[in-house]
Amino acid sequence: MVVEFGAEIDPEINALVHRTTAAIERAQLDGVVELVPTYRSLMLHYDPLLTRPDTLQQAILTLDVDDGGESADQRIVDIPTLYGGEYGPDIGFVAENAGMSESEVVEIHSGTDYLVYAMGFSPGFPYLGGLDPRLNTPRLTTPRTLIPGGSVGIAETQTGAYPVASPGGWQLIGRTPLRLFDPESDPPAVINAGDRVRFVPLPDEDAYAETERQVQDGTYSVVARSI
Amino acid sequence: MANPTMEIVSPGLLTTVQDLGRTGYQRYGIPVCGALDSVSLRIANILVGNRDHLAGLEITAIGPTIRFTESATIAIVGADLEPTLNGSPMPAWESVYAEAGSVLGFGMPRDGLRAYLTVAGGIEAPLVMKSRSTDLKGGFGGFGGRALAAGDILAIGNSPHRGVTSSRRLPPEISRQATYGQYFDIRAVLGPQDDAFTQAGVSTLLNSEYTVSNDADRTGYRLEGPTIEHISGADIVSDGTALGSIQVPGGGTPIVLLADRGTTGGYTKIATVISPDIGLIAQAMPGATIRFSEVSVEDARQILLEQERMIADIKAFVGLDLSGAFSVSVSGDNFTVLDSDGRIIASPGAYSTNRATRRVSTMAEGERFDFEIEVESP
Repeated sequence: MVVEFGAEIDPEINALVHRTTAAIERAQLDGVVELVPTYRSLMLHYDPLLTRPDTLQQAILTLDVDDGGESADQRIVDIPTLYGGEYGPDIGFVAENAGMSESEVVEIHSGTDYLVYAMGFSPGFPYLGGLDPRLNTPRLTTPRTLIPGGSVGIAETQTGAYPVASPGGWQLIGRTPLRLFDPESDPPAVINAGDRVRFVPLPDEDAYAETERQVQDGTYSVVARSI
Repeated sequence: MANPTMEIVSPGLLTTVQDLGRTGYQRYGIPVCGALDSVSLRIANILVGNRDHLAGLEITAIGPTIRFTESATIAIVGADLEPTLNGSPMPAWESVYAEAGSVLGFGMPRDGLRAYLTVAGGIEAPLVMKSRSTDLKGGFGGFGGRALAAGDILAIGNSPHRGVTSSRRLPPEISRQATYGQYFDIRAVLGPQDDAFTQAGVSTLLNSEYTVSNDADRTGYRLEGPTIEHISGADIVSDGTALGSIQVPGGGTPIVLLADRGTTGGYTKIATVISPDIGLIAQAMPGATIRFSEVSVEDARQILLEQERMIADIKAFVGLDLSGAFSVSVSGDNFTVLDSDGRIIASPGAYSTNRATRRVSTMAEGERFDFEIEVESP
């Protein structure tokens, strides 16, 4: 079953999607198997042996989506990122394309909270919104065959981070030592749809290595602030 | 007896460990995966005394060669891929006792595309996000997150049915030969974006023959045939996909999304194949013909109920419907419990997931006995 909230990519509509998702979870409706919130719609997988679509529809339409502490659930998750150098080999191109210096690119990219509209495409991949238009950059003309996991990049109006190593055509401006996707963890992703994320610049390679070490030995705790 | 294992002598074309899939994580972008023809896997599990959801092997077109280090009770359900046990034809759709050292082999695909091999006790693989299914693209789950390769050794779980030498068959009224053929009538419910297509477009889908292309795998089947007309474009803001979503990109030819599909997609979805017919698509080879017909949501539900009744009938006939539903321990010792017909309804420590412990007590000859009963959620 699909619950639609509009046709556009819009933070207000997306917030309603996530509030509705939370409300359905709180209501613990019979037969709901899982919920997949995306930009402007909510896919609800249900077990037809346990419920009927009209029963579910009725229950959802009568839910009070604003009845709950959902504002407390709004988080900003910090993504420590080392910009430039071998970690972000395309930052020079992005800067040139935008007519600014590399440090200005870092300042602008790390100066905004990005909304996680949805997760999808690949495990743990966040669809982020809110890239400053000055940083819009076309994709690489020839995609790379392998991009390291954690790479932070820009593709046209989008920015994001590759959770796992994969091929791709994004302009890479940095890399995070966080393990954005870990199949051995539950939940398997650091970020949730509906969160906001902020890329926090790491000062140097030593700081990157230190954070990476903490992630690997399990002592790193994700920095998340409530809005 | 040593811990039983299966040794992959040769892996076949594409053999993977699959259970009923990884639900609950699509919101993180994790595909569901699991057996493409889930009903065949469930029946194969029931025949060897397993609960429906245990992991088996999904075998595609050209089967593997497998050696059993210890005796095992096994079953094959689904496509006829010419299975042999120690060189002799092996019956499918029933359980078979394989002695220690037995070698299971396969010949040519005769009918259908995917066969499911189960073994009493299930295939032991670590649970990743609560499932043993292989996610081939993600590289996790199942056996090392990949298709099986020569030399792999798979562990088999414990089961009280391991030594069962008599074969268990389907009830006569359900008994079937796998005759899938080359023509598949597939039922679908329209939507969620059928309103993005012209009337003629919807009519094209429902009144044409489509051919399964070579681009058909666990992620989805790309079909060849008449193009389906959109009203004003094929792109939507990415949203959730369903098992069986019939997605129509700009080119106008449909793609049926299956178990390994991405959790979100940006193309219009004209209809959704009903879940009881997904297993049929899983058996269609490239070159097979598919015809779609429309059913209502309520029809789809009735067809699913019929399918579940059939599975319940098989469980009842095989007489193992209560197996593994709970175990009984007294003072820390586990006991096998038989019903009045002598069938095993609980066994010592054979199962390990979703357990809840209940304390109960009873009075016998004036003395009080305290029990712990472990109950498994279905």
